[in-house]
Amino acid sequence: MSTATAPQAPPDSDRSRAEGRLARKLVAPALVLMLLVTAFPMLRALYLSLFDYSLTAPDDRTFVGLANYGTALSDGLFWRDTVTTVAIMIITVAFELVIGFAFAMVMHKVIFARGVIRTSILIPYGVITVVSGFAWQFAFSNTNGFVNGWLPFIGDDFNWFAERNSSLIAIMASEIWKTTPFMSLLLLAGLAQVSNDMLEAAKVDGATWWQRLYKVILPNMRAAIMVAVLFRALDAYRIFDNIFVMTAGANATESISFLTYRQVIEQFQLGIGSALSVLLFLSVLVVAYVIVKLFKVNLADARQEG
Amino acid sequence: MALGPLRRIVTGVVGVTLAASVLAACGGGGGKPTLNWYINPDGQVTLNQLAKDCSTDDYSIKIQLLPASATDQRTQLARRLAAKDSSTDLMSLDPVFVPEFANAKWLAPFEGDLANKVLDDDVLKGAAETVLWDDKVVAAPQWANTQVVWYRRSLAEAAGLDMTKPVTWDQVIDAASENDATVGVQANKYEAYVVWINALIQGAGGNILDPSTVEDGRDAKVTIDSEAGKQAAAIIRKLADSPAAQPDFSTSNEGTSLGQMFPADGAGEFMTNWTFVYKNYEGLIGKPGGPKDKAGFEDLGWARYPQTVEGEESKPPIGGIDIGVGAYSKHLDFAQAAAVCVTDAKAQTALAVNEGLMPSRQSVYDSAELAKAYPADLLALFSQSVDSGGPRPKSAFYSQISSAVQSRWHSPTSVGPSTPAKSAAFLKAVLSGKALL
Repeated sequence: MSTATAPQAPPDSDRSRAEGRLARKLVAPALVLMLLVTAFPMLRALYLSLFDYSLTAPDDRTFVGLANYGTALSDGLFWRDTVTTVAIMIITVAFELVIGFAFAMVMHKVIFARGVIRTSILIPYGVITVVSGFAWQFAFSNTNGFVNGWLPFIGDDFNWFAERNSSLIAIMASEIWKTTPFMSLLLLAGLAQVSNDMLEAAKVDGATWWQRLYKVILPNMRAAIMVAVLFRALDAYRIFDNIFVMTAGANATESISFLTYRQVIEQFQLGIGSALSVLLFLSVLVVAYVIVKLFKVNLADARQEG
Repeated sequence: MALGPLRRIVTGVVGVTLAASVLAACGGGGGKPTLNWYINPDGQVTLNQLAKDCSTDDYSIKIQLLPASATDQRTQLARRLAAKDSSTDLMSLDPVFVPEFANAKWLAPFEGDLANKVLDDDVLKGAAETVLWDDKVVAAPQWANTQVVWYRRSLAEAAGLDMTKPVTWDQVIDAASENDATVGVQANKYEAYVVWINALIQGAGGNILDPSTVEDGRDAKVTIDSEAGKQAAAIIRKLADSPAAQPDFSTSNEGTSLGQMFPADGAGEFMTNWTFVYKNYEGLIGKPGGPKDKAGFEDLGWARYPQTVEGEESKPPIGGIDIGVGAYSKHLDFAQAAAVCVTDAKAQTALAVNEGLMPSRQSVYDSAELAKAYPADLLALFSQSVDSGGPRPKSAFYSQISSAVQSRWHSPTSVGPSTPAKSAAFLKAVLSGKALL
């Protein structure tokens, strides 16, 4: 692809530098606004996380340094919720990757009723997460849901929300149902990049369908797959709505976001809550770093700048 | 030149806007200020009527409905008050949240004559204690709730239990076990389970937190790991192990055990529950879940909350609603006058007769209207229970204390002799900010 862009103007011409300057000027207002609305709350959270601060006892605010971080990191509840969150992230992203890829293939290859099929695959993504949470809660309900009736190995009165693992299965089902279309949309973009010439060459060389998939399509889509996995993993790590609606954190189904929410909104503990939100931010960075390293892809490649 | 007409337009617009905002500040309409009263959903019909009756020529009261769950009510009000909302004038508060709100200086205290009016000798002691913080009257008791033990007279007779004398939890559990009956309590992981635990501990002369230091917030002394705490744990253990435990024991709430009182067959139950039970069964005569007929209803008995330790007077739980006045209200004088009006004897009579919400004033228990609606001995039992009841810890950190206790005492089937010590350690860590909830 780099060969395709090479014949254009050399990188350091006056024109390109002038364009760069103009671009920076055009972007500046948006950048300043973004910094105002995102940087301020982030810095504020960082600042508050250094205090023992309860909204109901504002006069007792005391500086405690990094003690809140120590409390959180040495607490069993924090690690239990981290494990829950990571488990939800890995399982949902794995399912979404496989199902999403299948959907992407269908959307890519389909020759008839293309618009209708593509649209219907994307519909769940248009549903608000809270609504999908409620819908799946009713579906899994043992009094008026249909899931128990459909699954032959499960009794009609099985209560999915009575214990941890079954609750998590219900939560993950709703998450997978809702966000697989997003995954397939990103993968579809990657599929479109795989050049037909290479596929035809492989066919001529006698490669089977599986060989073409493994040797040609997937390696050429690596950057697109990474972007899809990265986006979805970061989203999944911040899971909140489904849990809030379906179990409200009961039976140890709480995620890190939910724990943070409870400290700040329910218990008004702004200090420790801010510390948790900073930790959540840092762990999202770690997840992103690990995924980028795992796929050995340069982000610039993914944006096709290389 | 070109600016001339524009400036006139601008001035005109500003003038109109100013006039409009001045009018709005006066509450629009007749220029009367509007007081917002945030209520919880209990007894809405009568509360709406009270809002109308207590509106005067100077102000009118407007009802604003809070969500059904106590947690949501608290967070919604707290968020408004933390932002110094000047439109939060009156609010219905669960007594356990009063210390938290008062400590944050969100409640305007009643002073002088008003304080004497809100808290005169007529107010029962248990209810009066809930509105005092830092020696100030920070809210007005509107109605009072308490628990008694409800039972089938035929069941007590069969068990040979003399309910006219104080009974103990041991006696009640044994009587139920030996007669194919059950004991109804509230043991789901929620506030009412803490109500039960607190009443058991206080009944043995102990406390979750030391009452003399409880108002110190984070520095309060944790006293749940005591002989009283162990006696409370032993009673929960005994019920959990006995055949008298109900099938949904660990998820039971105020509603779940109601159905066990008049089952299709079986002896019924002993149940500790709030005052609404009487009107509930009276309304269910001949209906599913209620007594078969009038005679069946007369089999419903009531007695003082059971003792934890034989011979030591029980401490019935206290609940209800207090009316607080928002500290940032634009019309403090009007709001406090309105608070006095919606909590006076007349208002309390209406709430008791129409909604089954029991009064916090002795004179209302003695009134003719209540004598018509309730049996005399039940009224006496309610007022005595409210008067001698035991409050839950009066701390600005109550909601954390409650969650901490719930997390270590639930499930009730896992409660044992080591539970008080475990919960004391956790409670200390939570109060000092060293553990997450």
